[in-house]
Amino acid sequence: MTQLEELVRQSEVKAAPPPAPPGGDDIDEIPLYAARRKIYPQSVQGTFRRIKWIVLLVTLGIYYILPFVRWDRGPNAPSQAVLIDFPNRRFYFFFIELWPQEVYYLTGLLILAAIGLFLMNALAGRVWCGYLCPQTVWTDLYMAIERFTEGDRREHMKRESQPWTVETYARKGAKHFLWLMVAWWTGGAWVLYFADAPTLVKDLATGNAPFVAYAWIGILTVTTYTLAGHMREQVCLYMCPWPRIQAALTDEYALNVTYRYDRGEPRMSAKKAEQLKAQGERVGDCVDCLQCVHVCPTGIDIRQGSQLGCIQCGLCIDACNTIMAKLGRPRNLIAYDTDLNIKERLEGRPSTYKPIRWRTALYAAIIAVAGGIMIYTLATRGSEGISVIHDRNPMFVRLSDGSLRNGYTIRIVNKQLKSRDFVIAVDGLPSTLIDFVGLPPRADGRQLVAVGPDQTKEVRILVTDYSNTPPAASTSVLFSLIDVNSGEVAQVRDHFFGPEGK
Amino acid sequence: MAEEHKQIDALTGTATTGHEWDGLRELNTPLPRWWLWTFYLTIIWSIGYWVVYPAWPLVTNATQGLFGYHSRAAVVEDINALHAMRGPMMQQLATASTAEIAASPQLIDFARAQGRVAFADNCAPCHGAGGGGAKGYPNLNDDDWLWGGKLADIEQTIRYGVRSGNDKGHQGNMPPFKDVLKPAEMSSVADYVRSLSGLSTEAGVDLKAGQKVFADNCAVCHGDAGKGNREVGAPNLTDKIWLYGSDKATIVQGLQQGRGGVMPVWEGRLSEPAIKALAVYVYGFGGGEK
Ligand code: SF4
Ligand code: SF4
Repeated sequence: MTQLEELVRQSEVKAAPPPAPPGGDDIDEIPLYAARRKIYPQSVQGTFRRIKWIVLLVTLGIYYILPFVRWDRGPNAPSQAVLIDFPNRRFYFFFIELWPQEVYYLTGLLILAAIGLFLMNALAGRVWCGYLCPQTVWTDLYMAIERFTEGDRREHMKRESQPWTVETYARKGAKHFLWLMVAWWTGGAWVLYFADAPTLVKDLATGNAPFVAYAWIGILTVTTYTLAGHMREQVCLYMCPWPRIQAALTDEYALNVTYRYDRGEPRMSAKKAEQLKAQGERVGDCVDCLQCVHVCPTGIDIRQGSQLGCIQCGLCIDACNTIMAKLGRPRNLIAYDTDLNIKERLEGRPSTYKPIRWRTALYAAIIAVAGGIMIYTLATRGSEGISVIHDRNPMFVRLSDGSLRNGYTIRIVNKQLKSRDFVIAVDGLPSTLIDFVGLPPRADGRQLVAVGPDQTKEVRILVTDYSNTPPAASTSVLFSLIDVNSGEVAQVRDHFFGPEGK
Repeated sequence: MAEEHKQIDALTGTATTGHEWDGLRELNTPLPRWWLWTFYLTIIWSIGYWVVYPAWPLVTNATQGLFGYHSRAAVVEDINALHAMRGPMMQQLATASTAEIAASPQLIDFARAQGRVAFADNCAPCHGAGGGGAKGYPNLNDDDWLWGGKLADIEQTIRYGVRSGNDKGHQGNMPPFKDVLKPAEMSSVADYVRSLSGLSTEAGVDLKAGQKVFADNCAVCHGDAGKGNREVGAPNLTDKIWLYGSDKATIVQGLQQGRGGVMPVWEGRLSEPAIKALAVYVYGFGGGEK
């Protein structure tokens, strides 16, 4: 064991002194509950803080403004760029319009989101938590409001520890008012995704909006205010499943916000460090200023090693770098790094970062395949669709002249914004005749089915096989839906059934 | 117990619960306060439920709750609301003729939907879920109708039934011939009948004899050419559809003991709209005649 390692070992224990058991010496008196330790995160400046501001502005900007973005789709469709139209069961996303039959795109999106999260995790731990998670983003905004109204950490703590004055109340009042405004607008923006935004805003203002709109705004106002204002890190610590899942998914190569104890320990005050250094002793770079702890939004001490409470926001890196700059010591005592690298360095090997590993390659491949399939199907899907359900009971009918007949229910989808006429053709049987139940036959023998703009129509058709050779138990047949004007075709395969072996 | 509780986890300094699994001990970490309060609130909430809703079983009854809420009453209310909503359409179904219903795009969709449910409840046990029929129970999808397949015919059959005892119901049956015909005659006429619809007969069978038996006994109802007679529900013997089966044994059995399936009367048992909806629905199976 090297001397350094020995030092580190000692310092590790020192870094995590066993806290006194709750309830003093008599440990039978464990409290029933733990009151929340209030956290007063200090403001901080630096690279990661700047990234967080940018992400916050972009994500919240998109969320609040997107419903008002217009997208011209012609007279029969809504002109909102992103709209979830429940009454008509459509989802609009810019140039993409999704029908209920196409919810598998949602499955695709969920797969992409999940694997994307895995990939992020394999590369850099819980970065999702630190920068993109809505809980983080809104909490960050709420903390900014808190600092604006009640002052930064020190001022805030001081004011709360002293007898409350009118000013204290006024500042707190202002904070909660601003919090509620943000919460209310958060709920308001949510409902705008489900209806024409400008109209709904007007209706909401004049009291004419449907009750559910108000209810949803109410629910989201309360949850935003509670979760971002009052629960904060407790959501990450107690409620969110992701830290548990990610702990199981991560590996030793993933970057995590790491206190480089190989460099930081033994920690001591700057003054003492000077003295010891003069005596030729080895000293660590950490001056135990606790800045990294004070800025942490979850209130943890990253120097105790990687832990569940860390959301990887990087703010402690910024804080420590500020200190290091002041002391003239090299930056990145805390950095995105891995414990493995620390070990490598302790053993005298250079640290490495391997972004390309089996795990990340596999995740990237899944993302590429799933994304590719989605893009391909989206790009090649037609504006008409046909689906066929074969009658189950009876599977087939024998007519009086001995020919066989099968019944099918056919659903025709017209995704265009104009009415269209279709004919249906059936291939695969020697000689067939198609009857449309309930539709009068036309003189020219062709049966046209008209489907309104952006609508579906269900028709029941009877397919009769007039050949004298009865088909085998099951014959594959091809249904073609043909637009008589444009000639576009949608096809689907199904079966024609007959009596087995007779 | 207290002894066990005194164990303190060396690494964290937290007391353990004293439970141990293969050397692993559970830390005794107190719950966050908000969590605990949420838990208490749910308990209080549940007590509120006991007071407001019927909850506690008593010997012969149960506590009634503050507002007299009753899930049965709620269902009745829902059903009444449904009837009120469907009322106008039902009224139209009751007054319009089946022909008028079939000609009206709104009415026919409504009627089909109603008919689907009524069919599943009342007709499917004999005729099958999709009207496919079974041995002795006609397939309603094919183009063979014993008593007529026009919309009005179907309505009539549903209303008054077949051999149902109702005056307006269809009458007539296939009598048993076991005391009338000799076994050899029955055998030869069965072969003849099979030949009528193009089914193969054994070599050396005397079809002429069968034809004679047929002309003497069967042609009264089934017609000289065996084409059947809808007045008495005599089936067409020249087509490929066999209600009871086309093998010789089945035909001979029919000759011996006769046939006469019964369709019950539905007028009075089903509502007026339901009967019409059923007629329209059955017609839509695809076997109906113009
Ligand atoms: S320890 Fe650092 S990275 Fe982790 S949550 Fe706290 S401030 Fe953010
Ligand atoms: S901010 Fe840096 S120097 Fe200060 S206590 Fe944290 S790790 Fe040590």
